[in-house]
Amino acid sequence: MKKEINLTVNGEEYRLAIEPHRTLLQVLREDLGLTGTKEGCGKGDCGSCTVLVDGKAVNACLMLAVQAKGKSITTIEGLAPAEGLHPLQEAFIQYGAIQCGFCTPGMIICAKAFLDENPHPTEEEVKRALAGNLCRCTGYTKIIEAVMAVAKGGRL
Amino acid sequence: MRHFDYLEPETVEKASAWLRERGEKAALLAGGTDLLVKIQEDKCQAEVLISLAGIPGLNDITFNLGEGLSLGAMVTLARAASHRDIQEYFPLLADACLKVGSQQIRNMGTVGGNLCNASPAADLAPTLLVLGAQAQVIGTGGRRLIPLDHFFLGPGKTALIDGEILERLLIPIGPPSGIYLKHTIRKAMDLPIVGIAVLLKMEDSVCREARVALGAVAPTPLRAPSVERFLKGQRLTHELLEQAGHLALQAISPISDIRASAEYRREMVRVLTKRAIRQAEQVTYAPRRER
Repeated sequence: MKKEINLTVNGEEYRLAIEPHRTLLQVLREDLGLTGTKEGCGKGDCGSCTVLVDGKAVNACLMLAVQAKGKSITTIEGLAPAEGLHPLQEAFIQYGAIQCGFCTPGMIICAKAFLDENPHPTEEEVKRALAGNLCRCTGYTKIIEAVMAVAKGGRL
Repeated sequence: MRHFDYLEPETVEKASAWLRERGEKAALLAGGTDLLVKIQEDKCQAEVLISLAGIPGLNDITFNLGEGLSLGAMVTLARAASHRDIQEYFPLLADACLKVGSQQIRNMGTVGGNLCNASPAADLAPTLLVLGAQAQVIGTGGRRLIPLDHFFLGPGKTALIDGEILERLLIPIGPPSGIYLKHTIRKAMDLPIVGIAVLLKMEDSVCREARVALGAVAPTPLRAPSVERFLKGQRLTHELLEQAGHLALQAISPISDIRASAEYRREMVRVLTKRAIRQAEQVTYAPRRER
């Protein structure tokens, strides 16, 4: 039986009728067409489905859409300003932190949530913050460099 | 994922009544980080999920110097780890919360969920056991307190019956030195191969009181009273710790699984018991603020 919920995604309000078993990830991708958020494992192990819920990074595959009722969701599509890219997106490109790109949305969203609370982290703290995001291509070095560069640049 | 119904009770009494009515057909939804995986892997066949979100009182954290900490079952691991009173008076607990999963998991996973999922490896269990936590639960018969030593009955099985729901944990202020060691392959995301929490009360280099709890090495997380009695009244010499390590082996019954063999777990318990005691002795935290 469908439940009606209100939620805000990337600043836009939606009223949706959702079956309880559907995850936030499924609803974002299939109902709202926001396919930037990826399904890597569906079990909360890889982090490629990371989105912000009220500013906190969560695995969208482990959240039922109905649990997001009344909440404010930010996906990778909601990160960039009207013109140009978010500093994290710029840094990932410049530092070569993207190869296949599959882990990238999750990495950037997670990094943004982390830097919002810890604007001046050590490298070790960045590594710990991204511990829930797997990358099979880059070996992580460039990803860490990109995040540190944004932290030092002070532009969040 | 297969279909299920979803209920949002407004009070914990209602949640408990509905849980009791439906029995095995219902499951409680807290953060969902364990439950959703179980449903996908068909380890949980619930037809109805009863959400605890938004029920008043389950999310509260209160603290005073007399009674200690009252920690709501729905408090997320992230919130518990960053709470000022927990960081200051129960840093062992904050540390254990931070050792679970990832940032994303900690933002959804709850203290109550970690305990009620009752994995023998539950990361919060050894720490809460040495802190002497009590579980306040509520059912259709009212409220009762269950000392955490009696909360875990077996893998995945707790002492909650007849629709009882864990409301909060009551944690007294304990002796001021302690450590939780979590032995894993990776630096994050793994369940412990062995988990050990040690809390010591030291006076003039003599151990006045010791509390030792182990996780992932028996059907439930458990205290090791033989080790605790052995350390009491002693100076913690190298030889004593060696003996303590061997004594800990008598308390455990590890299995071989995907993470490690039973033999490896035994050896790690022997080593980590010594290490945890030594480190617990060196860690003494004094609250900065006077109340």
